[in-house]
Amino acid sequence: MNLDARIPQGPLEQKWARHRAELKLVNPANKRKYTVLMVGSGLAGAGGAASMAELGYEVKCFCYQDSPRRAHSIAAQGGINAAKNYPNDGDSVYRLFYDTVKGGDFRSREANVYRLAEVSVNIIDQCVALGVPFAREYGGLLANRSFGGAQVSRTFYARGQTGQQLLLGAYQALERQVARGKVEMFPRHEMQELIVVDGRARGIVVRDLVTGELEAHLGDAVCLATGGYGNVFFLSTNAKGCNTTAIWRAYKHGAGFANPAFTQIHPTCIPVTGEHQSKLTLMSESLRNDGRIWVPKKQGDTRPPAEIPEDERDYYLERMYPSFGNLAPRDISSRAAKRVCDEGRGVGPGGQGVYLDFAEAIGRLGEDAIREKYGNLFEMYERITAENPYKVPMRIYPASHYTMGGLWVDYNLMSTIPGLFVLGEANFSDHGANRLGASALMQGLADGYFVIPYTIGDYLARTPRHSVSGDHPAVRAAVDAVRARIARLMGIKGKRTPTSFYRELGSLLWERCGMSRNRAGLEEALARIPVLREAFWRDLTVAGEAGELNQSLELAGRVADFLELGELMVRDALAREESCGCHFREEYQTEDGEARRDDARFAHVAVWEYTGEGRAPLRHEEPLTYESVHLATRSYK
Amino acid sequence: MNLTLHVWRQKGPRERGRFVTYRATDVSADMSFLEMLDVVNEGLLLKGEEPIAFDHDCREGICGACGMVINGRPHGPKARTTTCQLHLRSFRDGQELWLEPWRSRAFPVVKDLIVDRGAFDRVIQAGGYISAAIGSAPDANAVPIRKENADLAMDAAACIGCGACVAACPNGSAMLFTAAKISHLGLLAQGQPERYERAAAMVETMDAEGFGSCTNHNECEAACPKGISVAFIARLNADFVRARLTEGRRLEQVGEGGV
Repeated sequence: MNLDARIPQGPLEQKWARHRAELKLVNPANKRKYTVLMVGSGLAGAGGAASMAELGYEVKCFCYQDSPRRAHSIAAQGGINAAKNYPNDGDSVYRLFYDTVKGGDFRSREANVYRLAEVSVNIIDQCVALGVPFAREYGGLLANRSFGGAQVSRTFYARGQTGQQLLLGAYQALERQVARGKVEMFPRHEMQELIVVDGRARGIVVRDLVTGELEAHLGDAVCLATGGYGNVFFLSTNAKGCNTTAIWRAYKHGAGFANPAFTQIHPTCIPVTGEHQSKLTLMSESLRNDGRIWVPKKQGDTRPPAEIPEDERDYYLERMYPSFGNLAPRDISSRAAKRVCDEGRGVGPGGQGVYLDFAEAIGRLGEDAIREKYGNLFEMYERITAENPYKVPMRIYPASHYTMGGLWVDYNLMSTIPGLFVLGEANFSDHGANRLGASALMQGLADGYFVIPYTIGDYLARTPRHSVSGDHPAVRAAVDAVRARIARLMGIKGKRTPTSFYRELGSLLWERCGMSRNRAGLEEALARIPVLREAFWRDLTVAGEAGELNQSLELAGRVADFLELGELMVRDALAREESCGCHFREEYQTEDGEARRDDARFAHVAVWEYTGEGRAPLRHEEPLTYESVHLATRSYK
Repeated sequence: MNLTLHVWRQKGPRERGRFVTYRATDVSADMSFLEMLDVVNEGLLLKGEEPIAFDHDCREGICGACGMVINGRPHGPKARTTTCQLHLRSFRDGQELWLEPWRSRAFPVVKDLIVDRGAFDRVIQAGGYISAAIGSAPDANAVPIRKENADLAMDAAACIGCGACVAACPNGSAMLFTAAKISHLGLLAQGQPERYERAAAMVETMDAEGFGSCTNHNECEAACPKGISVAFIARLNADFVRARLTEGRRLEQVGEGGV
């Protein structure tokens, strides 16, 4: 497997500029002769489709939702980072770069992260130009706030709906291109297969989710911007439809899958309440600007929070990490919450919760100021829990939220399959072993608005053009493979629903490959997943027909892929014998319970290669070399 | 608690639909409304029957995918709440509920409780954007914007495009949806160059898509899960009238002095 990341030569600060100058271009008059397929319509997908269409390429864009405006980027609440240094508090491109590399526990590529920090400033400019109504100060200039893992205020926001507003900006840019006839939009279409011709990605097979018909679409390049796989845990903050199918199909065609075990568990979510729970709701990390996290000092203290005096409370993040306090990074905050709950000091039903308390901030700033900043989040909390967070502290607990792992890509965002590009959360590129808050939106838009428009041209200009006809054997084979797979799912006619298998897989992974992992647990999971998968293919039931709108069939297909991906995650977690970022192996920790990295053995990206049905995948390594950053032990104390 | 559900079942756009009665038994008041439907659907699947089809995705009230009429009210009984954010504690034990899809000429039924809201995308295509090519933007702080305007623009931009406003309107009008976008962009300095053409084009498309006219019932605001104000409709009307009056003429001839 060729893992040449194609990092440009030269000093870190000049790599991207130099690379752009060296990339080949497609003549403006020739761009319309190329068709690019974009799967996904979130920040990376809609942003990339709109930008490429604007340049002149013909773009086809696909999403499983009924409208591209519903992609899950919309649910991001808190904000987007950019090294604008508007508050004059010492921020710079280098500092954003450094914070991101350090936040990722030194498991990301320097050059990629530096580029991300560099284009972050253009993103804010572009979003404002597109009409994103960011929060402003009374003087009319943009407002900023702080997020975890940073000591500067560099986060731009639109109330608690930043993702929504950024997505609507990208969606509107996309719809403008649809109106111009440059983008053809296919809502309610789900990618089922990748078409590879002569070693290059040339098309996809999609299922029309309304009619059930299978369609092959061909083009000169394929871009996947299909998001992360956090739903592998069943309960997560992802939208119900988020799935791994597109990237999993690509993996099975030979695209390397990087760091599948790097899954982020977000510290501030509303705790699980019952066995029928279908998803978990995030409470934005921005709340940690003003909320203080605590649990009772005593085990099993069931008094209402207001009756627990100040000196019997443990503000454990402030105690353990005094310089970052409640704004410690997500992986560290999540593990600390798990630790105090495991000690029997958790609050709420089942003891799986900690308090996020605004009493002090309300006393200092007044209820109105808190309402102005977080009103919609407080309303959302009250709607779900029937508790008023202005009066009673919120109860929160960690939940699966984001996946840093994903398809391996080079500096140009191209996977190991030529012509297959991967954008946004679907790739592995920028966040190492842990993503900092307000950086997902930044990466999605960076990839879509400012990276892919340049790098796709280079690929197209270097690749000889051959048209592929619809009856090419590779096209027919791909369509037949999808048809056979659907027929197999429909034909089992067993006794268990897709959801029952899905819940079982999710809880197994959460227990054994979640916030903390150990060899025995991972080995157990590795033995149990194939058994569950075998049961799925023997005892599944799906109602209705394949040739119609069929939501149980859609779910069954997604669960089938999660059952395979889950195993790869476990293998990756088992092979990485160190703790770093979100990957916490209990065997590798310091005396005070912090992650212990092993840079000598594991300062690399683990890239998995599919080798065929029933055969163990191969693990490859892309070494990570640090030229600008000193590999330090992360400390937020 | 137990609930009786009368659910609209319709196989496809051209098939006849009908209400079918189901029971949700032993469900908990802390469950969300859609989780209750999940439980009913699991039961149907185990009996070999087709589950009830309904749109949903984020389940946290922001994507705008979900939505059904519950006892005559879009998104159910609770104000400013999407269907997915509704919990069973908003209902009485033993209550009977009638679940229907959005009813509107411009939103044909796809299956059961799912409708086609593609008309909304086409209204946006008509002009619900700012033409700012990627890469061409000036510094974000180059143009200060009054905080009041930015805040009001955000109030309008909070629309999730769910379609409850259309479902609630006796005329099936999309005025609130269209007005929210026209106001959001029209309140910002960046939205000025295309402001009047945008209003004219979006309103024309809205009419062409088969949405009805606005006769000021204000049901849309009452049903809107994000509380979008009907005051934005006045902004739409003002921009639309101005667009019509100045059509074909250069702005300086009618005394437009800029923003």
